[in-house]
Amino acid sequence: MSGFEPVLLRNVGVEGVRTLKVSESRGGWAAARKALTTMTPDEIVEEVRRSGLRGRGGAGFPTGVKWSFLPKDRKHTVLCVNFDESEPGTFNNRYLAEHDPHLVLEGILIAAYATRADLAYIYLRAEYHELFHILQRALDEAYAAGWFGADILGTGYRLECHIHRGAGAYVCGEETGLIESLEGKRGWPRIKPPYPAVRGAFGRPTVVNNVETLACLPAIIERGAEWFASIGTPGSTGPKLYTVSGPVNRPGCFEAPLGLTVRELIEGDDFAGGMAGGRKVKAVIPGGLSVGILTADELDCRLDFTDVLNYGLLGLGTAGAIVIGDDADMRKVLANTARFYAHESCGQCTHCREGTGWMARIAERIAAGAGRIADLDLIVELCGRMGMMSGMSICGLPDGAAYPIRLIVEKFRGELEEAIGRQPPGYTERYIRDRIPSVYALPVLQAGAAPARERAVPA
Amino acid sequence: MAWKAIDRITPADDDGDAPVLSEAVREKIRSFFPRYPEKRAALLPALHIVQDAVGYVSHRAMRDIAELLDIPPAQVLDTVTFYSHFWTRPRGRKVVVACRSLSCHLTGAEAVIEAVKRHLGIGEHETTPDGAFSFVTEECLGACEQGPCLLINERLHGRVRPEDVPRLLNDPDNDRLDVPRSDLYDGIRGPTGEMEGRA
Ligand SMILES: Cc1cc2nc3c(=O)[nH]c(=O)nc-3n(C[C@H](O)[C@H](O)[C@H](O)COP(=O)(O)O)c2cc1C
Ligand code: SF4
Ligand code: FES
Repeated sequence: MSGFEPVLLRNVGVEGVRTLKVSESRGGWAAARKALTTMTPDEIVEEVRRSGLRGRGGAGFPTGVKWSFLPKDRKHTVLCVNFDESEPGTFNNRYLAEHDPHLVLEGILIAAYATRADLAYIYLRAEYHELFHILQRALDEAYAAGWFGADILGTGYRLECHIHRGAGAYVCGEETGLIESLEGKRGWPRIKPPYPAVRGAFGRPTVVNNVETLACLPAIIERGAEWFASIGTPGSTGPKLYTVSGPVNRPGCFEAPLGLTVRELIEGDDFAGGMAGGRKVKAVIPGGLSVGILTADELDCRLDFTDVLNYGLLGLGTAGAIVIGDDADMRKVLANTARFYAHESCGQCTHCREGTGWMARIAERIAAGAGRIADLDLIVELCGRMGMMSGMSICGLPDGAAYPIRLIVEKFRGELEEAIGRQPPGYTERYIRDRIPSVYALPVLQAGAAPARERAVPA
Repeated sequence: MAWKAIDRITPADDDGDAPVLSEAVREKIRSFFPRYPEKRAALLPALHIVQDAVGYVSHRAMRDIAELLDIPPAQVLDTVTFYSHFWTRPRGRKVVVACRSLSCHLTGAEAVIEAVKRHLGIGEHETTPDGAFSFVTEECLGACEQGPCLLINERLHGRVRPEDVPRLLNDPDNDRLDVPRSDLYDGIRGPTGEMEGRA
């Protein structure tokens, strides 16, 4: 990416930049000063809207537009910083905050001021222990320097900011699940409307934004909406953090304009540097597990908000690429994917709870070498009925489950069928009998195959 | 949700009459109240604090927390059992969490998980007889570029190879963080710290 200067990762590797002093010496907090002392909140909202910034948390909703949904006559507003980051393959928020915590905090202050929030919570996933201490130290320092608390920069603006630690639940990354969890409850997403902008945390108007979204704000304030909009592709403006994991030479987090191709990300010398150990690419999950999968023939897909749709994907997601080598067994990839959603479904909607569970069991059976060709059709049918039957579930988790599961089966059907074809005859029946003997207690099956001892097993 | 997660069937062993939380632990929980418009929102911090101090969240501890937060114990139990991070019965002094999600799977997590089980002589969601280790697997830990990953208490270990596992688990410092700690949360206490949280 010649000519592109990193914006979000510009401080990576700078000695001591986790401290306020070094951060400020690198231009940190200057944008917050400019915003609070020379701009009104509405001017910032307008600037962000013109920049074309779209949310980096997965849904890609325009940030300035989201902020403008807040009721005009509100008294208290809450800003929730979504640092749940639990999407498999995604770690850009962690990488960014680990290296440059003050950039994240500065973004939070600007967003809070723009939305006139007086309370900000950083909802940090529980597993980020080390990062908690890094971020809390930076926050303590920023508080001590007057960047948070009462009367910031003598403007009369007051903002309290706290880190709220999660406790291990993917669904708490969903914005209303996050709000419930913040309130001390189980992270069950809420039925919308009311949208958080109207009635969110503690009944107050609430904005939920991803960490990377907020980290874009200082640059927008400093260099202007036009500059930001000049980066990327039409409708997908600005720099983006891409993460790569799996068997590549240099797994990690990289920054480039939106619209980088998957091929560049995997093979580029500035990026993951090609496959490790002489492997070839078999498939790529390009945007966090939930967006779906690309075959080795689809690596020209551009990672922005529109081109991904041409490949049948759910969306850009988090731009967290999981690269699958030619040594991987797609049955196991399928089973691993399906298990994730079954484990993480919060269980309050029937389609999602039952559907993800069924998929996991079917996929597990296929991976164990006991699948049937009919199972592949069953999975595809289940994806349609349970994931994409709009309006039948409260949050987006089952859509995120259905895309990768259906696309793995559709795009790799040949390989899956071949594997099923290699199974020894009768294996499916034996597997089922071993795993779920109660099936054989059913009259119809009892009559046939099951030997006597299985019949004694109670249902 | 708890699908094949930690054991939620075996009840905690101490649901006695005597409160289990020390005054220090209560004070620490109270210090979180001013952060939220409603006291109940301090529940997750409270559970972290209690688990750090006592090692797990027993039914008795849930009653104590309920009283502090002015909510019914049932609501505390409801929240506790939703999250995979909380333990409702005693666990080992070191909890080893292996990532089992896709990136780690593709870089060799299965063999690492087997190596941990073999070295500790226990299965998933079990604790060694001497109480030194518990072992669980979890979904993506957010460190996929370092796969396969293990979390030992608060410390993440990346690019773990099966042959590294014995040395890693024998290292007494394998759960020490390299960064300076904030004193807001104490983290899991050492072997002698386990009982400190008790009244
Ligand atoms: C099941 C589920 C999990 C999600 N997890 C996250 C997450 O970990 N981090 C995140 O920023 N957004 C996550 N989201 C998206 C959020 O609901 C929300 O769209 C986002 O935080 C908005 O921020 P943005 O506009 O800055 O992208 C998730 C959504 C769903 C349906
Ligand atoms: S769709 Fe699934 S994860 Fe979302 S609220 Fe319903 S059951 Fe929970
Ligand atoms: S898949 Fe293991 S840390 Fe993300």
